[in-house]
This record gives sequence, structure tokens and C-alpha cells, in this order.
Amino acid sequence: MDVIVCIKQVPSTNEVRINPETNTIIREGVEAIINPFDMYALEEGLRVRDRMGGKVTVLSMGIPSVAELLREAISLGADEAILLSDKAFAGSDTLATSYALSMGIRKIGKYDLIICGKQATDGDTAQVGPSLAEKLGIPHTTYVRKIEAMEEGYIRCQRLTDDGYEVVEMILPALITVVKEINEPRLPSLKGMMRSKKAVITTWNAEDINANKDLCGLKGSPTQVIKTFTPVHDIKSEIIEGTPAEQAKKLADKLLSLKF
Amino acid sequence: MNYFLTEEQQMIKELAAKIADEKIAPVALKYDEEGIFPHDIIQVIADSDLCGVYIPEEYGGLGGGVFEMCLVVEELSRARAGIALAFAGTGLGIFPIILFGSEEQKRKYLPPVAAGKMLGAFALTEADAGSDAAGIRTTAVLEGDEYVLNGTKQWITNGGEADIYTVIACTDRSKGARGFSAFIVEKGTPGFSFGKKENKMGIRASATRELIFENCRIPRENLLGREGMGFLVAMKTLDRTRPGVAAQALGIAQGAFDEALKYAKQRVQFGQPISSFQAIQHMLADMAIQIEAARCLIYQTCRHIDSGEKSISKESAMAKVMASDVAMKVTTDAVQILGGYGYMKEYPVEKRMRDAKITQIYEGTNQIQRNIIALELVKESSSKKQQ
Amino acid sequence: MASIKIITEKCTGCKLCIRACPYGAIEVENRKAKILDNCTLCGACVESCKFEAILVEKDEIINDNAKDLDSARYSGVWVVGEQKNGIPAGVVFELLGEGRKLADKLEVKLSVVLLGNNIEDSAPTMIYHGADTVYLVDDPSLEHYNDEVYADILSNLVMAYKPEIVLLGATTYGRSLAPRVASRLNIGLTADCTGLEIDMKSRNLLQTRPAFGGNLMATIICPNRRPQMATVRPKVMKPLERDTSRKGEIIKPEIRIPGNTRVKVKDVITTLTEAVSLTEADIIISGGRGLCDPKNFALVEELARVLKGAVGASRAVVDAGWIDYSHQVGQTGKTVRPKIYIACGISGAIQHLAGMSSSDIIIAINKDPNAPIFKVAKYGIVGDVLEVLPALIKEFKERLGG
Repeated sequence: MDVIVCIKQVPSTNEVRINPETNTIIREGVEAIINPFDMYALEEGLRVRDRMGGKVTVLSMGIPSVAELLREAISLGADEAILLSDKAFAGSDTLATSYALSMGIRKIGKYDLIICGKQATDGDTAQVGPSLAEKLGIPHTTYVRKIEAMEEGYIRCQRLTDDGYEVVEMILPALITVVKEINEPRLPSLKGMMRSKKAVITTWNAEDINANKDLCGLKGSPTQVIKTFTPVHDIKSEIIEGTPAEQAKKLADKLLSLKF
Repeated sequence: MNYFLTEEQQMIKELAAKIADEKIAPVALKYDEEGIFPHDIIQVIADSDLCGVYIPEEYGGLGGGVFEMCLVVEELSRARAGIALAFAGTGLGIFPIILFGSEEQKRKYLPPVAAGKMLGAFALTEADAGSDAAGIRTTAVLEGDEYVLNGTKQWITNGGEADIYTVIACTDRSKGARGFSAFIVEKGTPGFSFGKKENKMGIRASATRELIFENCRIPRENLLGREGMGFLVAMKTLDRTRPGVAAQALGIAQGAFDEALKYAKQRVQFGQPISSFQAIQHMLADMAIQIEAARCLIYQTCRHIDSGEKSISKESAMAKVMASDVAMKVTTDAVQILGGYGYMKEYPVEKRMRDAKITQIYEGTNQIQRNIIALELVKESSSKKQQ
Repeated sequence: MASIKIITEKCTGCKLCIRACPYGAIEVENRKAKILDNCTLCGACVESCKFEAILVEKDEIINDNAKDLDSARYSGVWVVGEQKNGIPAGVVFELLGEGRKLADKLEVKLSVVLLGNNIEDSAPTMIYHGADTVYLVDDPSLEHYNDEVYADILSNLVMAYKPEIVLLGATTYGRSLAPRVASRLNIGLTADCTGLEIDMKSRNLLQTRPAFGGNLMATIICPNRRPQMATVRPKVMKPLERDTSRKGEIIKPEIRIPGNTRVKVKDVITTLTEAVSLTEADIIISGGRGLCDPKNFALVEELARVLKGAVGASRAVVDAGWIDYSHQVGQTGKTVRPKIYIACGISGAIQHLAGMSSSDIIIAINKDPNAPIFKVAKYGIVGDVLEVLPALIKEFKERLGG
């Protein structure tokens, strides 16, 4: 089974804090990491390969420094890493991103399964996975929490829903996006880390993947951000004092008066 | 500080730190309180290729030495000393095979240890033979092609959990210290059983048990080296593993310091974080000085040992004494900085204070270490006079 | 094309913009700021610069693509009427309420697309809640939600009837269906909107959504393509009162239903034991590490039962195996927006806040008065959650007769 795992570079949001005076994001010591959900995607790809053979290719689109994150993916066990990097890709929204990724995947050629994280922690859109599947003309299932069975040309998986789960079958090649529940990602191995230091990260630009530049980057992005602002948290906190019983009574008074 | 680690050593340290932070820290409290032996963590360490850092490459390891082992122990202990001990205790049980094992013994036992499939333990201490190892009562008698072991070992780290035990037993009472021999005993050998798990002050995720030998028959080829070499095997092993205890102490101290610093920055009293008070600042500075000094001594001792120097007892004892005393002091101060919270079990420093204590005691008490150091000093000085 | 420029004569290399950039897309080189390729032109840096040295030129609303865009050909506001077992999702009514406002402002019709099996009964309900038209596709093959089939039908309907706005709930299904359709039609899509407005001059939909776990809000437009598509967070918009006197039209479009599909839903299993799901709940009681022991989670569950709320949890306790992942609230779990959120023994790590900070009223119970959870809480109780929770359970039981 040949698996392609799509990963995105995101800022490590642990560090994202709001400066209460200026209401802007404090980015001290912010570090670029692999989107946490993509780590589950990578782990699932590695497990499919370990079980069934084949190879795992990690694919990303971004600035040249994303190569370092692809190296990290190799240290975890990915076989190959490809970075789509070109000024023409700058400013892509989810539609332009999925177009570029789809062209990269067409150049890779053969694959059975594409795995993405359920969403990225910076944009939170969860759109690139399904959008990419559509661009490639393959079926997809989102929020996969378990691969129940897989064989040549067939996958059966569980999709997490708001009140339970569904069992979904698909014909391969297909795309899944995975939730955290699906596995526990491994740590790198020392041998993997050594291999990743030497590994060659293939970089393709827009021409390499035959991308139509009108469909890439800002030009290919129908959505435009016209304004960003930090939300005003106008909360007047009130600390309820007293013994636990008194606190409970006061809180109940307040809540019940709201008639929820 | 730049310790000029090689690229590989740097990776080992980073990887061990990752395991500590991501895999050990989240479960540390639970394992500790419930006394769960960390077999799953050992598997993670093995999957990361770290179980065999000190094992030669031809036996499936990475070919590193004492330094590499210490880097792993230090980082793991930063998260939880008891869990790190499953790894460090294995090193103690396996170094005799690395140092004195025959080709067959190495081929049989080292690869599964490097792969994390087997754990080791070292059995020297008995009820009446602690600091005075010469008091060992356990006997091994050769009968045909088998040695028959009888006796009881006490407070054995990884006892019951390890698969391979290096056991020091008396083969010839008349020869005193030269009458001891070292044997490899596998778990499951008839006549080999375990006593109850000890209820300890600290390192509670580590298993400490009695080993009981009742007419336990092991094949003759399980003798390590030759008969009579037991004491030598033990001493040469301990020379190489004492820096491991030192690294454990260092990790404990670093972990406690990190918690104390974090807390001091958050805790507000008299309207400001307590880290702005000089009394706290000086404590933090002193803790950092001691930790860094201990690290310097340990790392340099490791390099000294791994370079193949013959005389290593004094240095390795110095590292152990200093780091364990630092750990005791730093963890005590960390509890002090956290104040009342520090004394509570749900805050992560009193545990480290309890863990630190054992590093002053096991693998030779700090008093015995000082004996070793003094003895070497006197020997060195008299040999200089003769020159 | 839009662009961003550093006016080097004005730039002092002060690095204020680096701290303001949410994407890490600015570097200072030779004491001058430099914009990297991962810039999204969001403009956060422009406001931060004290020297007016950064210039973002947004596209004029009309550009090359717009020549093809005959927006007059696209008319009407659509709501996709997600349902399960014939019961419309709560968010559909909210979308109808919001859609009604948008449609009235644009002076166009509000329509609902209902896909499913035996769902005809829901059609009048849609009209009672604000729809002018219901496009009803009722077919046994639509029994379960199916990405491929639903995407196919919705795309074809959109192409046939050409609405200018299509809204879906940002639910599991909505967040899967919308990008598939948008990708097929090559149109813009904005996820998880919490605010929708119309710019009357351009008839553009101004779509406001949170990013970075709610730390940043962005307003997004899609000026050059139609329809404009958005998913909307449940529990944000207000539904209209049911009004059975409302009249509307039910249309059953002639549409080909794909027979041979590559996706088959074999089984739909409901595992959630409590009555209300987290994302739909009006009241959520969440537990964290401060409960000290997994068995104390029963207190959270009991209060939830008494208040008829749902049970949430922090990542720490889910990771420790105290409760199933489906209860996890926060960045790597679910995003919730109940009327009342009671955080019990949760310190309020940024990742947790990301999943619940937009709740209407947050109540924090925690021993540590410095815990970040108190910063977002309307009511705070500093104390031992193991003492406060039993008191709360007792109090509410007496007053609600639970």
C-alpha cells in the first residue's frame, strides 16, 4: 500500500497568548511545528505501511524551511518527502492549496491512500482534505477514528460523528482525514534521526508539477481576508465567596435567574 | 553551557528528553503512586533505539559507552527517576556481560537487551552484605556441568521484572574476596523465585525485590569470566555504572529545579511573583550552580571512562557523591521554594526529594564512595613518592 | 493582484511587526523587515507598525475573474438542511434565522435543500422557520449521509438553480460536504463562521470567523465567484419562532441520483450515552485534573444529569484514560459554545480555552486563584472542586427537583 500523508507547518500554538494591553498575539519564541493532527495522519500511514508493505510519502506545501519538518517526518519513518515550494503558491486559500497538492500528487503518480489530519490548528478549516479528494476525483471520509480493514482497492473505516460513529467503506484510492483518537504517534528513533539528517527532500515548484499559475496562490484563491481583529473578551469576573454550601447557593441563584 | 557533545550524543539527549516529556511525564504520577512497572516505556525507549546505546554495535547496540548511557538516564530521570531506573538498572545488570562475557554470552544476551525485549538486574547485596560485600552468604557449588545456587539476595532493582540477573555468589569460602564468582541467571530457572515487592520511600515505579535461590541449577557456561573473579566483576561494573547513578541524581535535581523556577515565576505574594525576591533568587542561583557543577563533573568523568583510562574508581565515585548530594540539596530547596504546596503530594517536588535520597545510598553509600576516593588518593600519593 | 510591500525608507527594523504576525511570515534582515512567502496578506502587521512602513494593497473588488462573473445570474440564499433519521439538525433552524435576515437584506428568496429518505414531513417545518422554498430530494438511497452522493446532488442543484449564497452548519457532515462541493465548483468557502453580514454595494457576504483557536478573528469575502459558500458554527445564530402561517413552495427537482458509488455507509452507531451531544448542548459540565481521581468524575456526570447538560473533559484527563475522547473539549477535541459552561478543576490551558471560550457564561471552579480559567469566567469559585461539586449537586437537586 502506497500512502501519501499531507502535512502542514503551523506555529506551535502553545505560545500564542494575547497581550492584554495591545490585544495582539504575543509570538515570543514561537516555533514552527508539524500540525499536531498531521502527526496522527503520519502515524496511521506508517502503521499501514508496517502492516501491509509499500511506502509512505509525506507531502507539504510551504516556504523552503518546511523541509526541516519533512525531515522530522523522515526521522519518524516516512520513506520519502516532497515539498511544493514556489512564490506562485504564496497566499493560497484552501482551494488553491488543494489544487497545488493535487498537482503534486498527480506527479507522484501511484498511491492507494491519502491521509490528512482532521484540520490544522492555525486555520481550523478542515477543508483541504475533502477539497483535495474532489480535485483528484477520489472518495473521502473525514474524522476517521479507526481503520477497520484494508486490502487491495478497499478500505473500511470508522468515522467519528457528533453522537457516535459510522462504518464507511470506500474503494481505493481514497482520502481520509483522521482524529486524535485513531492512534498514539510514535517518537523518532535514533537511526531514523540519523537517516533524516542525510535525507534528500525533493522540492518541486509550480512548473515541476505542471500547475496552472492562475489557479495557484492568491490568484487561484477565491476567498480574501479583508480584516483581522482580536476579539474583545469583555468579561467582568465575579468571584463567589463563602463556604462550599454558600457558594453553591449563590451560584444557583445566579444561574436559575437566567432561566436557562 | 556547550558541552561539545557529538552530533550523535546530541540526538540521544534530545530523543531521551522527548521520551521524558511526552511519554513519561504524563504517566509519571500514576505509575509512581500505583507502583506500575514501566514495561511500556521501555518499549518506547527501545523503539527509539536507545535501549542499546551502551551496547556494542556488533550485538545490536549503538556502540556508545558510559556517556551515552548517562545522557539517557539524566533526561529520563528529569521526568521520573523510578521509571528511568528500569533502564539504568538494566545497564547495571548487563555491564558485567559487556565487560567479562564470553562471545556466546554476549551473542545470547546483548541483542535482546538492545531491542528492549529483555531487562537486566544486578544482584550483589544481601541482608548482611551491604557496604561490606565480603559478607555474601549466597553459595554456588559446581556439580557436574551445573552450578547449584543457594541463598537470598536483597533489595534488587528490577527484581522480578528483569529477565537476566547477574548474581555474585561465593564459590570458595576459604579464599575470602577472591572466592566470589559472577553468574548469569535467567528468570524462570527452577529454584529461582522472588520475594515480596518492597514498599519504598521513593523510586516507587521501580521494582525492588528479594531474589531467592533454592537449589537453583544453572548451566556451567553461565559463569561470567572465571571462578574467583566475582568481586572484580562487581567492582569493575560499579566503576562504570556509578556515573549512571550520578546522572540519575542530576536528572532528579534538574527536574526539581525546573519546577521550582516555573513556580517562582507564577506564584504571587505581596503583590509580585516570588521570583522577584532576592531570597528566592539566591536559592535558585545556588541550585543552578550546583546542578551545572555536577553536570560538568559527570560528563567529564564519562569521557574519562570511555577514553579507556584504567584508573576510574576515584573519578566515578566522585561524580556519584557530588551529584547525589547536590540532588538531595536541590530537591530540598525546591520543596522549600514551593512552600506548603511543595510539601503536598499533588505537587511534583516532594516526590523528587524522596527519589533523591536513594542516590546517596545505593550502588555504594556516599560514605563508602568517600572511602574509595580516599584510598585511591593515598595510593596515588604513595606511588608518586616511590617514583 | 493583492500585494504587500515594505517601504524600506520608513522601516526602522524595530521588529514590532514580527510579534504581530500570526503566521511567522516576517523576518528582519539588515534592519529592514522582509515579507516571506507564507504571508497571507491578513494585514495584522500593518496595524502594528508605528512608522506606516507596511503597505497591503487589497484587490479591488473587481478583477480579471470578475469579468466572467455575472452576479445577477446568481440569486437567492440557500441553507443546506442537514438531517439524521429525518430529524433536522438544530443548526438548520439557526441558519434559517440568519439566512432570512440575509435574504431580506438582499431582497431575494431563502431556500432550503433537503436531502434524505422519507423526509417530506420536514419540508413544511422548514417553511414555518423561515424558508420560502424547499428543494426536496427524497430517495431511499439517501437514507444515510454519504459524502459522494450528497456532494454530487448538491453540486448539481447549485449549478441548476444558481443561488448567490449557500450556508451549511459547521457540523461533522457540513464540514465534509461543503469543501467537496466548493472544490468541484471552484468557489470560495469560509469555515466555521460566527458572523455574517452583507455589503450592499457589492452584494458580497462578509464572513467573520475565528482562527488561532479564537485568538484572532478574520473577516473574509469572496468577491469574484458565486455562489459564496460558508459553514456556520452551531449555537451562534438565532432561529426564528415557528410560524405555521408562513407559506412557501416545495419543489422536487428532477435530479439524477448517482447509483454506483465508491463510498458506502454500512452502519451508523450512536454511542453517546447521555441525552445531549456536546456540540448541541446548552449546558456543559467539564472535568479536569483537579478532580484528582477518575472515580470523582462521577460528580461531574451527576451534576450534568441534574442540570440536563452534557459532560466535557480536559485533554489531560482524556489522555490519562479517565473518560472517552469523544468528551474532550479544546483544540484537539471539540469546539463547544453552550449557554453555560462549568469548568471543574480545569486550569484552562490555551488549548482548552480555544474550545470553549466563546460559551455565553463560563463558571470556573478551581483551587488555584491564578488559574487562567478564571480570566474567561463570569463566575469563579476558588475552592476544592471535590467540596464544591457535591454542594452544587445538592443545591440544584433541591431547587430543580432532580
